[in-house]
Amino acid sequence: MSQAFDKQFDARGMNCPMPLVNARKEIAKIERGQVLKVLATDKGSVADFQGWAKVAKNVQLVAQETETADGTCVYVHYVMRKA
Amino acid sequence: MSTGAEVNPSVAPGIASDPARIQALEEKLRELEERLTRIEGQTADDKVSLVVFSGDLDRVLAAFIIATGAAAMGQQVSMFFTFWGLSVMKKDTKLSGKTLFQSMMALMTPGSSKSLPVSKMNYFGVGAKMLRSMMKAKNVNSLEELIALAKELGVRMIACEMSRDVLGIKESELAAGLECGGVATFLGESLKSRTSLFI
Repeated sequence: MSQAFDKQFDARGMNCPMPLVNARKEIAKIERGQVLKVLATDKGSVADFQGWAKVAKNVQLVAQETETADGTCVYVHYVMRKA
Repeated sequence: MSTGAEVNPSVAPGIASDPARIQALEEKLRELEERLTRIEGQTADDKVSLVVFSGDLDRVLAAFIIATGAAAMGQQVSMFFTFWGLSVMKKDTKLSGKTLFQSMMALMTPGSSKSLPVSKMNYFGVGAKMLRSMMKAKNVNSLEELIALAKELGVRMIACEMSRDVLGIKESELAAGLECGGVATFLGESLKSRTSLFI
């Protein structure tokens, strides 16, 4: 069961605050109503993306999930651009 | 119902036939609207303001991580560099035109962000080098990368005019694009900020 998305951004290997900063840049490239999928290995990004969606009026956190690939945990965030 | 349809007698019986009450209510409404306008003027904007007083690598890193994170979250960020914090924004050191004390200060403080010490276990700069290499190993952005990123994200950077003058740091010794300002510049921002930090 996977969430639909329009653009994917790979932030694996990046550390705080780069997954957030780059996701912000990437979300500017999609249309209103579209969803950006972000892959991250930074565990803090789970709470960071929740905080971002809470504060910023133009984004909505659609879903978050954790995948395990080759023994490393990947945190997946789906963010929708609202405005 | 000769007065019109503006008041529904079934909702507010008796009001339609009482002009004095209508007038009193209108006055109350006007008063509330005025209070609302006044309160709206006092609430915080989506702003974050930081005072960077310290010239320690670890503290300055924290300041720039908060600044870039807040800017990415859609906040308007202002950073005020004062006292030891001015070292972060120095690009080179020129001794000409400085007094003896100012020259001594210039030689004993870091010449740029690259030579900032750490607040603990610096050991003549070895500690700072070690921290930088440990952060690099964990793929954390360097201070210089974070400064460039902050500029790119539109973070306002302001150098404190008074401490710059006292320490004898010329504007030409500081990085380009730095505004200058005083305490009122900071307070103008911080009073409208949701978060204000002194680092």
